[in-house]
Amino acid sequence: MARLSARDLTLQYEQRRVIEGLRTEIPEGKVTMIVGANGCGKSTLLRGLSRLLKPSGGAVTLDGKDIRSRPAKELARTLGLLPQHPVAPDGITVRDLVGRGRYPHQGFFRNWSHGDSSPHDLAVRHALEVTATTELAGRNVDELSGGQRQRVWIAMALAQETELLLLDEPTTYLDLAHQVEVLDLVTDLNRRRGTTVVIVLHDLNLAARYADHVIAMKDGAIVAEGSGSEVITEELVRTVFGLESRVVPDPVSGTPLVVPIGRHHYPHAHAAHDRAAQDRAAQDHAHAAQDHAAQTHAHAAHTAEPALEIAS
Amino acid sequence: MSRVVERATLERELAADALKTAEKGHYLPVRAGKRKLNRTWLLAAAVVLLLVAGILLGSYTVTVPDFVTIVTAHLTGGEKIPGASFIVMEAKLPRVIMGLMIGVAFGLSGALFQTMLRNPLASPDVIGISNGASASAVLAIVVFGASGAAVSAAALFGALAVALLIYLISRGGSLRGASGRNGNAAGNRLVLAGVGFAAALGALVSFLMTRADIRTAAEALIWLNGSLNPATWERIGVLLLALCVLLPLTAVLAKPLRMLELGDDTAAGLGIRVGAVRLGLVLAAVALAAVATAAAGPVSFVAFLAGPIARRFTGKPSLPASALTGAAIVLAADYFAYNVAPMLLDGTVLPAGVVTGALGSPFLLWLLATSNRKDS
Repeated sequence: MARLSARDLTLQYEQRRVIEGLRTEIPEGKVTMIVGANGCGKSTLLRGLSRLLKPSGGAVTLDGKDIRSRPAKELARTLGLLPQHPVAPDGITVRDLVGRGRYPHQGFFRNWSHGDSSPHDLAVRHALEVTATTELAGRNVDELSGGQRQRVWIAMALAQETELLLLDEPTTYLDLAHQVEVLDLVTDLNRRRGTTVVIVLHDLNLAARYADHVIAMKDGAIVAEGSGSEVITEELVRTVFGLESRVVPDPVSGTPLVVPIGRHHYPHAHAAHDRAAQDRAAQDHAHAAQDHAAQTHAHAAHTAEPALEIAS
Repeated sequence: MSRVVERATLERELAADALKTAEKGHYLPVRAGKRKLNRTWLLAAAVVLLLVAGILLGSYTVTVPDFVTIVTAHLTGGEKIPGASFIVMEAKLPRVIMGLMIGVAFGLSGALFQTMLRNPLASPDVIGISNGASASAVLAIVVFGASGAAVSAAALFGALAVALLIYLISRGGSLRGASGRNGNAAGNRLVLAGVGFAAALGALVSFLMTRADIRTAAEALIWLNGSLNPATWERIGVLLLALCVLLPLTAVLAKPLRMLELGDDTAAGLGIRVGAVRLGLVLAAVALAAVATAAAGPVSFVAFLAGPIARRFTGKPSLPASALTGAAIVLAADYFAYNVAPMLLDGTVLPAGVVTGALGSPFLLWLLATSNRKDS
């Protein structure tokens, strides 16, 4: 039951291979969250799934066909994307920005089908309404707060009216209330329209709460996949993040709640403490190097590789 | 099980929200575009006015009925008005028409570069393309004794060659990686590479000028200033042919360019083939600057000024408004240089490029000052 799937997908930036031979299927009509440490390749996987990154091996298929074989505009009518750092041009109004989400549906002579009852206007209006940005429609995007701006970007993606929507860390830079608001919004979209949603998310607890399906990644590979309560365990947090934790039921939703244990709050068992500390030091080292590699380019790969060897 | 209850509540709340917004009537029925469209028409009117002024006014004034008689006589082969026919058909008319065309070409070229690279400095006269044309043209004049069409051909070749070099250099390294994490990196590389080329080519021009004999140097200098003096019907024909290809190309790419403004990733998500569109835009922008420079010389700062002025005037970036602003700048500068300056300077006629250059520098400083203020 998957429309979007990765078949032996290999993704790389220049010389640095991030993901190799990855296979996964995105369950249809569900909210899937991809989690993992910084630099584990989760954003890269999303870039691959959303055709931003050309696979150097394998393929991403939509309904069994390679997404690369489809015309870009046609694909954009089915598969929407909200990247991590979208750019709002200076002085653009909310309405104009959201309206640009209609691009894949418009022919060359778009002005012919204007008017308040055109499908484009209805789609834009609906997108504004659902994201509660109708009142902002006439404002400039650069005047908005971070939370409002993120809602506007989501509205743009909604106006695209795709059956699949991929979002790369849509809650970054948002305060807790706005994080919850954004995830609620995306969940509404899934429940009401049946949109298949894939989100890269940092927050394990929110991922556990909002995801129907969780994909956990480490070093460019999937280490666990399944429902939130199956995937998010103390064992997984240790493997993926190198962090000791307690996982308890979320008092609100009953989903797993990860309570991290730092060095200063280790309960007892000094032996375990030492072991965890060592693991963590090695992991930190590897992650720091990987972060660095992710930010910079090809040359960073050389520094990342030795660090990975230390970690393993 | 609680999820079902939650969902029901949620839907009810959402419906209530939607109703509230509808009641408040926040749909803003007035389209924000209306006012901007009028502003663009205002620019078009200004261009028409400048065209009319350029033809009818000046040291030799022509009345409207005379103008109509002259043009119909020219077209039907009827009786000409001695003197006036020649001045209008061979001096005034070609001059304003070429001014209009190169203004449109420079204005569009600058706006395309500035929008595509998200950098107000990225106009062809700042990133070395005009310098490429200049160096090549001066080389042709000084070393090979070329003149007329040969100089134009050399300028065209120089502009295209430098553009290609800049493009290749800025592509080197990790363009693909850069477009992911930081979409602006490739654009900044291109601007930097261009500024480097501009300096080197400027040095080449100076070197050639010092080596040339005084008469050749004077000839090269006139070309370097950029003016509408070389306007002839043949030149206009060539220019028209080029614009007939480049303007439709620009029109086709205008909408994908709007999407590119949202960042490469977002544009790709909306179904834009980012690489192909960007290449097409670079080609169109370079070719526009190159043909205009080949026709009239590097009329300085028109490409640089047109986009930002149009943007401040109409309130948002607009290619048609930039093209019209470019035309208005060239026509106004030429009118001033050709008709007003001689009154102030004891009959000295200035090249239009001197006037636009004199306007450009203060504007650059003003732009820098105000954009800094906005960022901080």
